[in-house]
Amino acid sequence: MNNYDIKKDFHILKDITYLDSGATTQKPVQVINAIKNYYENNNANPHRGAYKLSIKATDVYDEARKKVSQFINARQTNEIVFTRNATESLNLIAYSYGMNNIKKGDTILLSIMEHHSNLVPWQNVCKKNGAKLEYMYVNNEGLLYEEDICKKIVPGVKVVGITQVSNVLGTINPVKEIVKRAHQVGAIVVVDASQSVPHMKVNVQDLDADFLVFSGHKMLAPLGIGVLYGKRELLNKLSPFLFGGDMIEYVYEQETTYAEVPTKFEAGTQNVEGAIGLSAAIDYLNNIGMNDVQKMEEEILEYAMSKLLKLDFITVYGPKDLSKHAGVISFNVNGVHPHDVASILDSNNVCIRSGNHCAQPLLRYMGLDSTCRASFYIYNTKEDVDKLIESLNKTRKVFEKWMK
Amino acid sequence: MDEVESVYTDIIMEHSTATYNKHELGNGAVKEHGHNPSCGDDITLEIIWNGDLIEDLAFTGSGCAISQASTSIMIDLLKGKTKEEALNLINIFLRMIKREDITEEETAKLEDAIALKNISNLPARVKCAELAWYTMEKLIEK
Repeated sequence: MNNYDIKKDFHILKDITYLDSGATTQKPVQVINAIKNYYENNNANPHRGAYKLSIKATDVYDEARKKVSQFINARQTNEIVFTRNATESLNLIAYSYGMNNIKKGDTILLSIMEHHSNLVPWQNVCKKNGAKLEYMYVNNEGLLYEEDICKKIVPGVKVVGITQVSNVLGTINPVKEIVKRAHQVGAIVVVDASQSVPHMKVNVQDLDADFLVFSGHKMLAPLGIGVLYGKRELLNKLSPFLFGGDMIEYVYEQETTYAEVPTKFEAGTQNVEGAIGLSAAIDYLNNIGMNDVQKMEEEILEYAMSKLLKLDFITVYGPKDLSKHAGVISFNVNGVHPHDVASILDSNNVCIRSGNHCAQPLLRYMGLDSTCRASFYIYNTKEDVDKLIESLNKTRKVFEKWMK
Repeated sequence: MDEVESVYTDIIMEHSTATYNKHELGNGAVKEHGHNPSCGDDITLEIIWNGDLIEDLAFTGSGCAISQASTSIMIDLLKGKTKEEALNLINIFLRMIKREDITEEETAKLEDAIALKNISNLPARVKCAELAWYTMEKLIEK
């Protein structure tokens, strides 16, 4: 399968050049049909009814969990907790692990390129518990560097939060090495895989990550379904995050005992449709093969980079070495604000992101207010890149006369 | 004329790159900060009152062409006006942006600010045009 064949499965893409998959991906007809099929044939409240339909709903929900666990190579299916999105997964870790384990004088270490979702919850933990919040910084290409990593991951660090791929710069971080070092000083590592799991083979056992989170909607699945992977022994020790129905074992007037992992973390009726959609999305990706997914994106990235670097009015940010660069490109049209660029591109039906990409500390550190961001996925073709380039030339034309 | 050309007109572009309203006013100025967190437009308005009269008005900050132009146009319009006149003009402007009916007489009062009328062709950018005016409203009522 090539990206032209793939594009046919995404009906929404017939008239638009969609280059904002880092924000959310479009959904193939196979995922949409899987959700439709669920409601037409299998819908009931899982774990609740003693009737056949409820059992069916429970089965498909559990199957989806199994599929996710295999996709990231978890040891056990029950190491997968369904959440609303990566943000909720990270909040779960910060509240249930962070609030109860981080003490005054401890350090939480993040990379400066974390999305606000892997930063603000930890800031909150540090404020409440009197811990220190420190950062691993980047060089001018947006790469973490070994010297700083070694200097920062030291005894006293209890949690390291690291994104596998930067949602702003596309930087691929050396997560495996960071995990190894963090474990040597007794820290746990929380990996934000929102921008990696959709695009490359991620193996939680190989990474040895303690927690790893991602969102379904960035990998062809519907909005509102997210994943928290946690090592079984850690999840077992964690207190619940949300309380209520289904997450309990016995409830007395004054006391409650909780269900086993992962149900302990899934209070209330769950987003079964989302899990079904995620399961279908994984089938879709597996059918292509994650190696091919990655290869297709590398080709598009290479093509886009070669075209963008030829435009003398564009500044491109991020690693120059494309082996450390995923399919996310941040750039600016010199002298033009990213929002104006995005509006002019939009008038050519080219969708890009503009702004600070929920990563204000990174942009501030790099001395930037905001950037334009084009992010690619398996349905993007060279023609999409050509349309981007043509529209950037149009932008330049609109503003040319006013440039100072 | 496409939707973009209807917004990025000469008058908007001129104001977006003009700097004569962009400076601090120094001692005696009252300030108000305005910010669109979703896009990062960030301005600070400064005002010097002479009784009820806006004696001087200026801004600092950064943002897109629309937010910068809208701020500069607003300053041109409101400088020298009374508090009541200014609030009335802000009200007319915001109604225009929301595509509510405004009379011909009201339209005429907006002077160059009429150039922002077409911003509703770019719904994602309405906030950029509104920022200065909402900030000004707060500043006046401070």
